[in-house]
Amino acid sequence: MSDPAIVVEGLAKTFTLHLQGGVRLPVLRDLSLAVFPGECLALVGPSGAGKSTLLRALYGTYLPHGGRILVRHHGELIDIASADPRRILAIRRDTVGYVSQFLRVIPRVPARAIVAEPLVHRGESEQAALRAADAMLARLNLPERLWHLPPATFSGGEQQRVNLARGFIAPYPIMLIDEPTASLDAVNADIALSFIEEARVRGAAIVGIFHDPAVRRRVATREFALAPLAEAA
Amino acid sequence: MTDAPLLSVHDLSVRFGALAAVDGVSFDLWPGEVLAIVGESGSGKTTLLRAIHGFLRPTAGSIRYRSDRFGEVELTVLDEPRRRLLARTEWGFVHQNPRDGLRLSHSAGANVGERLMAAGARHWGNIRAQALVWLDRVEIDQARIDDLPRTFSGGMQQRLQIARVLVINPRLVLMDEPTGGLDVSVQARLLDLIRRLVAELGLSVIVVTHDLGVARLLAQRILVMQRGRVVEAGLTDQVLDDPQHPYSQLLVSSVLAA
Amino acid sequence: MSATPYNFAYLDEQTKREIRRALLKALAIPGHQVPFASREMPLARGWGTGGMQVTAAVIGRDDVLKVIDQGADDTTNAVSIRQFFTRVAGVRTTTRTEEATIIQTRHRIPETPLRPGQIMVYQVPQPEPLWRLEPSRAETRRLHALAEYGIMHVKLYEDIARHGRITLAYDYPVLVHGRYVMAPSPIPAFDNPKLHRSPAIHLFGAGREKRLYAVPPHTDVVSLAFEDHPFRPWKADAACMLCGATDSYLDEILIDDRGTRRFICSDTDWCERRRAKGKAA
Repeated sequence: MSDPAIVVEGLAKTFTLHLQGGVRLPVLRDLSLAVFPGECLALVGPSGAGKSTLLRALYGTYLPHGGRILVRHHGELIDIASADPRRILAIRRDTVGYVSQFLRVIPRVPARAIVAEPLVHRGESEQAALRAADAMLARLNLPERLWHLPPATFSGGEQQRVNLARGFIAPYPIMLIDEPTASLDAVNADIALSFIEEARVRGAAIVGIFHDPAVRRRVATREFALAPLAEAA
Repeated sequence: MTDAPLLSVHDLSVRFGALAAVDGVSFDLWPGEVLAIVGESGSGKTTLLRAIHGFLRPTAGSIRYRSDRFGEVELTVLDEPRRRLLARTEWGFVHQNPRDGLRLSHSAGANVGERLMAAGARHWGNIRAQALVWLDRVEIDQARIDDLPRTFSGGMQQRLQIARVLVINPRLVLMDEPTGGLDVSVQARLLDLIRRLVAELGLSVIVVTHDLGVARLLAQRILVMQRGRVVEAGLTDQVLDDPQHPYSQLLVSSVLAA
Repeated sequence: MSATPYNFAYLDEQTKREIRRALLKALAIPGHQVPFASREMPLARGWGTGGMQVTAAVIGRDDVLKVIDQGADDTTNAVSIRQFFTRVAGVRTTTRTEEATIIQTRHRIPETPLRPGQIMVYQVPQPEPLWRLEPSRAETRRLHALAEYGIMHVKLYEDIARHGRITLAYDYPVLVHGRYVMAPSPIPAFDNPKLHRSPAIHLFGAGREKRLYAVPPHTDVVSLAFEDHPFRPWKADAACMLCGATDSYLDEILIDDRGTRRFICSDTDWCERRRAKGKAA
């Protein structure tokens, strides 16, 4: 087996709610796992078990309070938990992609530009990036008349297809995926899942949350179970 | 990304008598980076911005800037001629109120062209052509080049101010509540415009705002200021989605959806 | 000799000394405005009190004074100032440019070329070339100190935008000795080139604004312009109806009730001399 793409060691995350009198909510404790290229790891567990928290910690959005989150970035293992912001931004540009549940709409920016943006950040020409964006949107059956419109007024399913196109446009070595098919019809859900499969086959290490067991069975190569922690004192 | 910051602020303080408006603030700004400074009014964020630009003198601390023409300079001790030369040729300041950043009794074209003329441009045709290009870039009808800005709407005035600031292709842009006085619908257009220009020109920007939505849209990093101090700093999504400090949590929780 | 109870040339010696000191400083820093304690003169401020104080400070008993207003020696203002110095200094006066050692002027530089040793004294209503562009006095001083003159071109830029050319016809800003931008007083732009490397001394006095400035002999005085819109002063495309001159600055006059226009030399002395030499139209 090749070297792991993600190594989590002894991860701990507790939320401290200062506005509620400093209540502490421990969500993750002493969590360790490794994910290898070509794997799709499904996070499973009841709601509140910390699946989304783990995913966001892997992306650097949530600050862990213990342990390490090592990701392989240009061949080198880097600890997301302690990396400076610029390093994390570079990792997000080149190495770790995140497909969220909902599209974050930017006013006035047309759908194809939103989709193309990750490639532009990686230094591709705007033209090439937009061509790639069009191809993604076409695959996801988004009507061509919508490509040049900002997605603010799109339906939930249309927005999610824009989101998926953006999430999968760049060949990230690591992909974090949160409920990709939630608001899609069967045809487009199937296309979304084939994106995940293609990414895995090209060697991406994938960590995802898939509530639908059928979806999980189709794309996941392994499951990782989380359980809610007991309330801390 | 390069491996040296464009601007390094270290332990900076600005006092007004007994009041420490800015109290021991340190941060770096890297080339091509947009940094948002958020906080309520009175937190010292605008004072910090004005001290960096040299509108007021810091009481203590250092501000190192990597200049195109002078190399690395310490702004707190830089003589006025050179500081003003930098302000003319390498920096831009976008005021919250466009009236503070424009000459209202001179035409739109003159407002944009003045920055070029101040930097030494003396070819009328070129100045005119550049002013036209920039009016177009900030979505102002080129036919209005000879109109006075006081006949413009607030949003247009702010866009004209941005054209005036960006026309010299500055390396460092400081923005003080750029969308502050505008209607929400006008804000969205302006924000998108700023976002696009910043990306196209690869600008390094410090934007002071009390609006976390502005920070979310424009900035890669955030500093949270309270009572003159930086209480939290980090990636924009980290600070907004997982704020650590009580004051940051208060700010984030006070917003409907940032 | 003066028959009045006033001190020679009206001002007391201490005041004249102060003004001369300010003038020396002004000459040492060509184009730079030097503040001075402007005195009350027996004339309303704005009617040439600055020029009169300068003249009073530099005039000596052997000087020959010429006073012109709009190029003419015989207008009320010129006549009364000339009479004033005749009374308080007893000096000789003249209308001949080449005879004069001091020429106090409002609105013109004589057509007759100036020579070394002559002193031009200008009456200046507004000494600050930036005043319409920058309202703050403190800021204009800073702009001069740092030679930040981009704003000065704003007005010229707008002139071209509006009219296709620079239409500014008088008080046209100049750069002196490559350093200070200066208001040449309300002389026509036509006269600006006469300041450039002039062998004479040029002293400017703004009584109401309490400022003096100067251009020493042989100093570069360049009118501001753009590369693609060079300085081209306006002049009526006509000849003087009296002397036929085509190279002098002309005043337009109406000669009848039907609106017939004619042009005559603004410099009356120059025009008369030409006619005396038989160069009538």
